[in-house]
Amino acid sequence: MCGIAGIVSVAGDPVRREQLERMIATIRYRGPDETGVHLGSNGSVGLAHARLSIIDLASGRQPMANADRSIWITFNGEIFNYVELRAQLMRQGRKFATQSDTEVVLQMYEVYGEDCVDRFNGDWAFAIWDSRQRKLFASRDRAGVRPFFYADTPKAFVFASEAKAVLCHPAVAATVDLDALDQIFTFWCPLPPRTFFSNVRQLPPAHSLVLHDGRMRIWRYWQLDFATAEKLVSEVDAAARLEEILTDATRLRLRSDVPVGAYLSGGLDSSVVTALAQRCSGGRVRTFSVAFEDAEFDESSYQQEVAGSLSTEHETLRCSKADICRAFPDLVRHAEQPLLRTAPVPLYLLSALVRRASYKVVLTGEGADEFLGGYDIFKEAKIRRFWGRQPASNWRPLLLRRLYPYLPHFRAQSDAYRSSFFRVSTDDLASPFFSHLPRWELTSRAKAFLSDDVRAQQARGDTYHELATCLPSSFASWSELGRAQYLEASMLLPGYILSSQGDRVAMAHSIEGRFPFLDHRVIEFASRLPASLKMKVLNEKYILKRAATHLVPETVCRRPKQPYRAPDAASFIDVQRGQARAEYVAEALSPESVRRTGLFDPLAVRMLYQKALRGRLIGAADNMAFVGILSTQLLARQFNCVSTGAV
Amino acid sequence: MQGIEQIIRSFIVENFLFGDEGRAPAADDSFLELGIIDSTGVLELVTFLEQSFGFKVRDAELLPENLDTIDAVAAYIRRKNADA
Repeated sequence: MCGIAGIVSVAGDPVRREQLERMIATIRYRGPDETGVHLGSNGSVGLAHARLSIIDLASGRQPMANADRSIWITFNGEIFNYVELRAQLMRQGRKFATQSDTEVVLQMYEVYGEDCVDRFNGDWAFAIWDSRQRKLFASRDRAGVRPFFYADTPKAFVFASEAKAVLCHPAVAATVDLDALDQIFTFWCPLPPRTFFSNVRQLPPAHSLVLHDGRMRIWRYWQLDFATAEKLVSEVDAAARLEEILTDATRLRLRSDVPVGAYLSGGLDSSVVTALAQRCSGGRVRTFSVAFEDAEFDESSYQQEVAGSLSTEHETLRCSKADICRAFPDLVRHAEQPLLRTAPVPLYLLSALVRRASYKVVLTGEGADEFLGGYDIFKEAKIRRFWGRQPASNWRPLLLRRLYPYLPHFRAQSDAYRSSFFRVSTDDLASPFFSHLPRWELTSRAKAFLSDDVRAQQARGDTYHELATCLPSSFASWSELGRAQYLEASMLLPGYILSSQGDRVAMAHSIEGRFPFLDHRVIEFASRLPASLKMKVLNEKYILKRAATHLVPETVCRRPKQPYRAPDAASFIDVQRGQARAEYVAEALSPESVRRTGLFDPLAVRMLYQKALRGRLIGAADNMAFVGILSTQLLARQFNCVSTGAV
Repeated sequence: MQGIEQIIRSFIVENFLFGDEGRAPAADDSFLELGIIDSTGVLELVTFLEQSFGFKVRDAELLPENLDTIDAVAAYIRRKNADA
């Protein structure tokens, strides 16, 4: 995995090498092993690359050209089935100069053109300059593991792995997209192609882009599909097939010329991945975990149990609230968008530990919850829908007690209040977003802190409208679970889990994450399973548990699901002393700073801060508001966002 | 608005509306329906009542009937004080 950047001149100004070097230097941590720049002969295009050497350490340098040097590529990611594709191409008579997957991408493009991505199994973001056609072809992987940001300015098309490299170009100013801010304070992420910055766009997952003759064309090459497969499959067969695909997905993701480790959370998904990695590699896998000082968030006893049971070589990072506070500004700079939770910070610190252990690649369990039905939001929706069929029922809402057993304040609520919060209206039942309305409405409370100016400038009253226009045509025909899974897999997964909590925190320390559950064969198989095999009554990830019975300790399959979380506002406030743990917190939330940024109401923020100092921020909404405002304030300063504007 | 009602109102505006007087509820407005108090916010309200008025809120009393409007909370406080 690596960092990429490039410029295509649109107005005729020659691309300058120093500009490319500046862009790639800003994201050098993505590829500290070597950098390279290619300038087209007439100066109309330039590609840059920062390399993290993982495959073909000796000859995989980039930007890389084809045999006659007419086609150039800058590539971030891995094509895990490159061995098979290379063999296919060689059978067709093609010759290779290197052992790298990058050359396979180049030659696949030469043979199959823009359709080459259909044959890739991997995580990628790349740009190919085809000088014969004077065309730039860029693409991003199906799930959205690897990022691709761009700015389409009158003078140049500028792209890079991270927004900060795009913003490095003098034609791209850092202004805040206020509609994106509205979306982040609702969905936790902007809807692509939006980003936090109004002049920077992101290529959505599973999309490709062509820039030719100054015209840009973007299209979707692959679609998530949650329509239940017509052919019924038995539980036994489904579990066996899932294990078979997952095993192969893991086998492919162990391809590397450097050692591959694994993250171990103590939960089912990472335990399965680690067990499969041990099975495929035939060796002892090195595993890494985060543990918390605060028992509410700590899963170290489960981690130790799994590590012991699988006999991995295990290492743990212990994380305190002060650690989170200290690292938060750096995390925000890497994430490049406001965060409503601090959960990415411990993973940012963990990737540093992995790097210190001289590892560059880790397997992780992301994707299982989305595609195999693991999240509590799916259970929540099922109970609410069940209740909504008999709204007068007194006992149906009592099932809400089954939700969120790991949230102490949720447990302390009375049934009456819990029911009132999750109440189901007729409008809700008809909404395509039924499953996610409570979460989005809870998050949206943070918008009460936006300044009057911002609210006046935000374009729409209805945050959901833009999302509604992006839904697949078959969305309404899917099961309730399928619709909820789609929303989770198409929004939060790429927009937060794989970016702020994935690529950005791993690459900050030059670590590549690999995700067997996001192999497109696993996604396609799991998405089309009957809902009852994923969520059996209220038993989440049922089919994965069946497939995993002989892979991981029984206690891992039986333990109640505990999502990965970290302390939020409490990380920043020392309540005993009634003060912030770091000066930057008080400064960023001060009325002067808030007024200078212009995004939030200074008085409201001051009262929120004072409430935090008193130790009274116990609700999810207040905590999200606190972290969201703090991260936005830090971002605005880090990127020197001097003005704001809605698009 | 009388004394207790005013205290409740001030608490709501300061702790849940962060000073936004424009969104302050009328005496009989539902906190839940207006989205003023979230599912855990009621615990903040309970802590405030216990600390400010010196009584314990029993689990069985954690009901919207007692805690969902300024008037309801004020009436609940008066009942509790009368029982004490």
